Amino acid sequence: MAVAPPSVRVWWNEPIARTELVWMVIAFLWGVIMFFTMIFWHVFGEQNLSNETYKINPETYVAKVDAMVEQYTVREEEGFPVVRPPPGSDVYLLARAFQFYPLLELEKGKAYRMHLSSADVQHGFSLQPVNINISVHPGYDHVFTVTPTTLGEHGIVCNEYCGLGHHTMIGKIYVTEQEGAGS
Amino acid sequence: MSATAIFRACPTTGLKVNRDAEKLIRWNAVAAVVFLAIGGTFALTVALTRWPAVHLLPPDWFYLALTAHGFDALLVWIIFFEIAVLYFASAVVLNSRLAVPKLAWTQFWMMLVGALLTNVAVLQGDSSVMFTSYVPLQASPMFYLGIIIFAVGALIGCGVFFATLVVAKEEKTYQGSVPLVTFGALTAAIIAVFTIVSGAIILIPTFLWSLGLVGTIDTLMYKLVWWGLGHSSQQVNVSAHVSVWYLTAAILLGAKPLSEKISRFAFLLYIFFLQLASAHHLLAEPGVSIEWKIFNTSYAMYLAVMGSMIHGMTVPGAIEAAQRARGFTNGLFEWLRKAPWSNPAFSGMFLSLVLFGFVGGISGVVLGTEQINLIMHNTIYVPGHFHGTVVAGTTLAFMGVTYLLIPLVFRREVMFKKMAQVQPWLFAVGATGISMFMMGAGTLGVARRHWDITFADAPMVFDYPAAAFLMMGLNGLSAILAALGGAMYVIVTVGSVFFGRKLAEDENHLGFPAVSAGTAPVYGSSTHHAIPGTVVLVAIFFVAFVLYYFVNWKYLSEVWPLS
Ligand SMILES: [Cu+2]
Repeated sequence: MAVAPPSVRVWWNEPIARTELVWMVIAFLWGVIMFFTMIFWHVFGEQNLSNETYKINPETYVAKVDAMVEQYTVREEEGFPVVRPPPGSDVYLLARAFQFYPLLELEKGKAYRMHLSSADVQHGFSLQPVNINISVHPGYDHVFTVTPTTLGEHGIVCNEYCGLGHHTMIGKIYVTEQEGAGS
Repeated sequence: MSATAIFRACPTTGLKVNRDAEKLIRWNAVAAVVFLAIGGTFALTVALTRWPAVHLLPPDWFYLALTAHGFDALLVWIIFFEIAVLYFASAVVLNSRLAVPKLAWTQFWMMLVGALLTNVAVLQGDSSVMFTSYVPLQASPMFYLGIIIFAVGALIGCGVFFATLVVAKEEKTYQGSVPLVTFGALTAAIIAVFTIVSGAIILIPTFLWSLGLVGTIDTLMYKLVWWGLGHSSQQVNVSAHVSVWYLTAAILLGAKPLSEKISRFAFLLYIFFLQLASAHHLLAEPGVSIEWKIFNTSYAMYLAVMGSMIHGMTVPGAIEAAQRARGFTNGLFEWLRKAPWSNPAFSGMFLSLVLFGFVGGISGVVLGTEQINLIMHNTIYVPGHFHGTVVAGTTLAFMGVTYLLIPLVFRREVMFKKMAQVQPWLFAVGATGISMFMMGAGTLGVARRHWDITFADAPMVFDYPAAAFLMMGLNGLSAILAALGGAMYVIVTVGSVFFGRKLAEDENHLGFPAVSAGTAPVYGSSTHHAIPGTVVLVAIFFVAFVLYYFVNWKYLSEVWPLS
C-alpha cells in the first residue's frame, strides 16, 4: 500500500514494467516537441512578442505621447483625440487610470513600432476582438512591431485590475484600408 | 518525551495514531473548512456579479469580494488542509509521535490570526487590490502583515513535519523507506518552503512600503518574486493532492504503487522543476528575455509536466492493478465499474484525478506556452484554467479524503450519507462548468477581474460577442451548482465532526463501502497485473492534449502579426 513502506526494501533496483516505460518515453518526447515548437515559432511564426524594453520615467513617456498627439491628430471622438501616425513610425500608447490614450487609426497591412507604457499602476492591453493581450507596466517602455490585418473598429480593454474604475477603461484602434487602396 | 506521548491503535488501518497529531489534524481541518465556507460564499457573489443578467454586486463590493475570495479559497483553505495532510502523512502514516506539538500549535494560531487580519483588512474596503496585490496598487499594511504572519505559521508547520520525519526515523517507527504518501507530502513540504520564502522576500518589503518606509518597489521584480509564491503554492497543491490520491486508493482499495521508483521519480521532477513556473505569469511582460521565458515556462523541458503525466498513469493504474488482482478482470473497465463508487471518498478522488488531467492540466500547458499566452493572458481563460486545477483538482481531492478523515481521525460516523454521496458529483459538475465556461469566454476575449463587460459606465463601448455573454451566464449557473456542492460538503463535515455518532475505540467503520485494505493481494513492482483500461484512458487523454495544443497554435496564427 502507498501508506506502507515499500514492500521491496531495495525498491530502486526494481525493473520498470513496459507499459510505464513506454508512457514515460512518450511523455518526455511530447515535452521535447512542445519545447521546440516555441522555438520553431520564433523562426517561422508571425506572432512573437518582442522583449525590447527601456526604462523610462512616466513623465517622459507622457511627453512623447503628447508630442505624437500634437503632430498626428486627425479628429476628435468623445473628447479624445484620434491619432493617425504614418506607417512605420513610432506609435505611443499610454495606459492610465482609467483610459487608453489616445485613440489610434492605423492602416491595414502596414507595420508600426508600437510603444506601451503606463503613467500610474499596472494595466492590461487587451485588443479585441483580435484577442492579443499584453501587460503594461509603469516605468517600462515596451516596444514591439505590430501589423494590423483586420479592418474596422477594435476595442482595447484593460484586463489588469487597476482600481475601482478599471471596468470603464477602454480604448480604440481603427484600422483602415491602405492610403490609395480605397476609402 | 516519547514516553509521555499517547497513542491509540486505528482499527481500520492498524496504524498507531498519536493523540497530539490527531488533535492538530482536527483543528487544522476544521479551520480549513471554515475558510472554504467563507471563500466559497465570496466566490458565489463574484460569479453572480459576472453573470451579466444578474450583476449582483456594485463595483466596489465586487472587487472586495474577489480579493477576499482569492485569499480565502486559494490560500487559507488549502494551506490549512495541507498542514493537516502533512501531520497525517508524517505522524499517523509513520506510527510516530508528532515532534514539538507546542510549535505545531504556534503554527495553528499564527495561521489563524494572519488569515483573520488579512480578511479584516479586505473587509474594511481599502485593500481591494486582488489576491496578487500588484504594486503600485497599495493595500493597507494589515493586509500584507496578515499574509506574512499566515506564511510564517505555515513555515513552522513544515518545520514540525520535517522534525516528525526525523523523530520517526530515529525512533524506528517504520521499516525501510518512508511510504509513498509520506514521500509525496515531503515533496509538497519542500516546495512549500521555497514558496513561503519567496513570499517573504517580496511581501516584507511591500509591507514596509505600505508603511512608507521603503520608497518604490519595481513592478516587474514584484511580479517575478510574487509568483514564486503564487504559482509555486499551486505546485504544493499538486504534490499534496497527488499524495491524497495515492492515500485514498491505498485505504479504500489496498492499491499499492505500480512502481515505487517511477512514482517517486515523478515527485522528484516536481521538486526540481516546478519552481520555474513563476515564468507562466511573465509571458506577456516587457523586459523579460525570450530565452528565459521559453526555458522557464516549459519547466526546463516540460519535465514537471512529465511528472504529472506519469502520475496520470500510475494512480489509475494502481487502482486497476489492485482491482484486477482481486478478480475484476472482465473487459477493459470492469475494475472501474466495480470500484466503490458509492463511497464519496472514492468518487471525489477519481473525479479529481480525471478533471485535473483533462481540464486543468491540458489547459495549463497550453496557457503556459510562450506565444499562445498572448491570446489568453489575463483573460478569464486564466481563472478558467486554474479552477480546473485548484477547484476540480485540489479542492475536490481534499473533499474526498475528508470522508476518510471523519471516521479515521475525528472518530465520528459520517452524517447525511445520501448528501455525502451526491456531493462530489455535484461539486465536480459545477467546478467543470466554471472552468470550461470561463475558458470559453476567455477565448472570446472576456477580461478577468472585470465588473462590467457591457462597459455601461465607460466613455466608449466595445461589444463582446453574444456568445461571451452566454458563457458568463453559464458560468454563473455552474457556480451555483458548485456552491451547492460546497455547502453540502460543509454541512456534512461540520455536522459529522460536531454531532456525528462517536465511534468506539476499536470500531472499524468507514461508513461507506470500501474494498478492505487487508485483502489486497501482493504483487511486485514489475509484475503487477496488466493495466489495459488505464492505457486506454491515458491514450484518450494524450490525443485530447495534442489536438487542443495544436488547435491553439492555429488560433494564434490568425491574430495580428507581432514581432
Ligand atoms: Cu487599467
